Amino acid sequence: MEFDILIDGCLVVGILILACLCLATKNLFTAIVLFVSLGLLIAIAWVRLDAPDLAIAEAAIGAGLTGAFLLATWRQLRVAPANNDADTPNKSGGDNVQNP
Amino acid sequence: MFKTPEFKENNHANELPFATRILCATAIGALGLGLIFALILSENISSSLPALVQQNLTQSGVQNPVTAVLLNFRSYDTLLEIGVLLTVAIAMLPNSNFNSDINPHMPGGSRLVSVVNSAPVNPPLEALLRWLIPMIIVMAGYMLWTGAALPGGAFQSGALLAGAGVLAQLSGRLQFCFTSTTAKLLLTIGLITFVMVAVGVATTTGVILQYPLELAAPLILLIETAATLSIAAILLLSYNTLATQTFESSSEPSVFDKQPSALSETSAPNETLQSQTAEGPKP
Amino acid sequence: MTQESLYIIASIGLFGIGLYGVIVAPHILRKILAINIMSVGVFMLLVVSASNMNSTPDPVLHAMVLTGIVVAIAGTALALLLAVKIHTLSRDSDKDDH
Repeated sequence: MEFDILIDGCLVVGILILACLCLATKNLFTAIVLFVSLGLLIAIAWVRLDAPDLAIAEAAIGAGLTGAFLLATWRQLRVAPANNDADTPNKSGGDNVQNP
Repeated sequence: MFKTPEFKENNHANELPFATRILCATAIGALGLGLIFALILSENISSSLPALVQQNLTQSGVQNPVTAVLLNFRSYDTLLEIGVLLTVAIAMLPNSNFNSDINPHMPGGSRLVSVVNSAPVNPPLEALLRWLIPMIIVMAGYMLWTGAALPGGAFQSGALLAGAGVLAQLSGRLQFCFTSTTAKLLLTIGLITFVMVAVGVATTTGVILQYPLELAAPLILLIETAATLSIAAILLLSYNTLATQTFESSSEPSVFDKQPSALSETSAPNETLQSQTAEGPKP
Repeated sequence: MTQESLYIIASIGLFGIGLYGVIVAPHILRKILAINIMSVGVFMLLVVSASNMNSTPDPVLHAMVLTGIVVAIAGTALALLLAVKIHTLSRDSDKDDH
């Protein structure tokens, strides 16, 4: 069997399995991390399809920046439901969250 | 898909029933199989566009065909795309938050980048960033320059710069304020340069966006540089807005504050809330 | 099984998985993830149409996909901002009802 078809086959199987896992997993954080790795596999697929500009753009934008946006939003959506404590600060490790 | 979207994780109350899901899966599977069948059996439509691009590549000012198509042959699409990015930036801008209490010596809203002195020091991260951020900036400049002949260009370079900005914000040391004058200049310079070049060449050649042949390469480089700065600023503004959302009316402790294992499994939020309110408000 | 047909199967598969995820997934972030997966499938189909064995690949389609990638991330950022805003406002209205 030709080596090219083997690599392409493995890549396609990996992409489809990652896409299924990304949407079927229970934990949302795992889904976002799987989406970032799906973006990196897609970047390799662009290289296999003779599109190097798209590979650079997908690795930087599709995997990197989209992952950062999704993780930032995931963190915002995880705030606990409202209580009547008005002066508890909202802290985080290194990120820039303000105290109202 | 027509129910209200959920905001709590692991809340399976409003999920679609099993039969509906099976029906959707079979319908989409049948559609997919039909499409695969049709696409594999159909022949490649040979279009004349690649041959046209190859013929006129020498007149475009660059050697990379993708850059030539993006910035010379179909430059109107790129102009409108930068306009779309600016529209998203205008939507993000009122929602971005800047904390002027962190650095009281500097009045808020005047500087693009300000240093946060009260952030906890993280020596390995800062040591890494001292090397990494300049390297990313040099890499972005290289990617911009080499987009003329090799794979690269404005979008890749702008995304790299935005990545450097995201890293700088994540370290906690730097804070970006996008209502400053520098930021507004950076956000709009891409579109302004593109439109000015488009109208300016119309005075010479008579058609908007038709570069004169000897000026094509410098004009493309000028447009790409301005577009890089703009794209980086817009993507960084998007991350800044998404990461600094506050909740003005109700500030409550997040799930991360008490439990170190909050990332693994989502416990019911009410339980953590009971344990936190029992301890009283934090000063 | 040529390279083209493999990637055509991958692109339609990604589109189908994304479409199923948009319809079925309850959480708003999963819907946004599924829309992004659908768009990746569409881009892959465009790039497969652009690649041919004998000469250089079609640069017009590559430029179109590059534009598509950038507009997709802009749309995703806007969708995420809207999700956070709706979450904030709906929580505030729940609090006001008490």
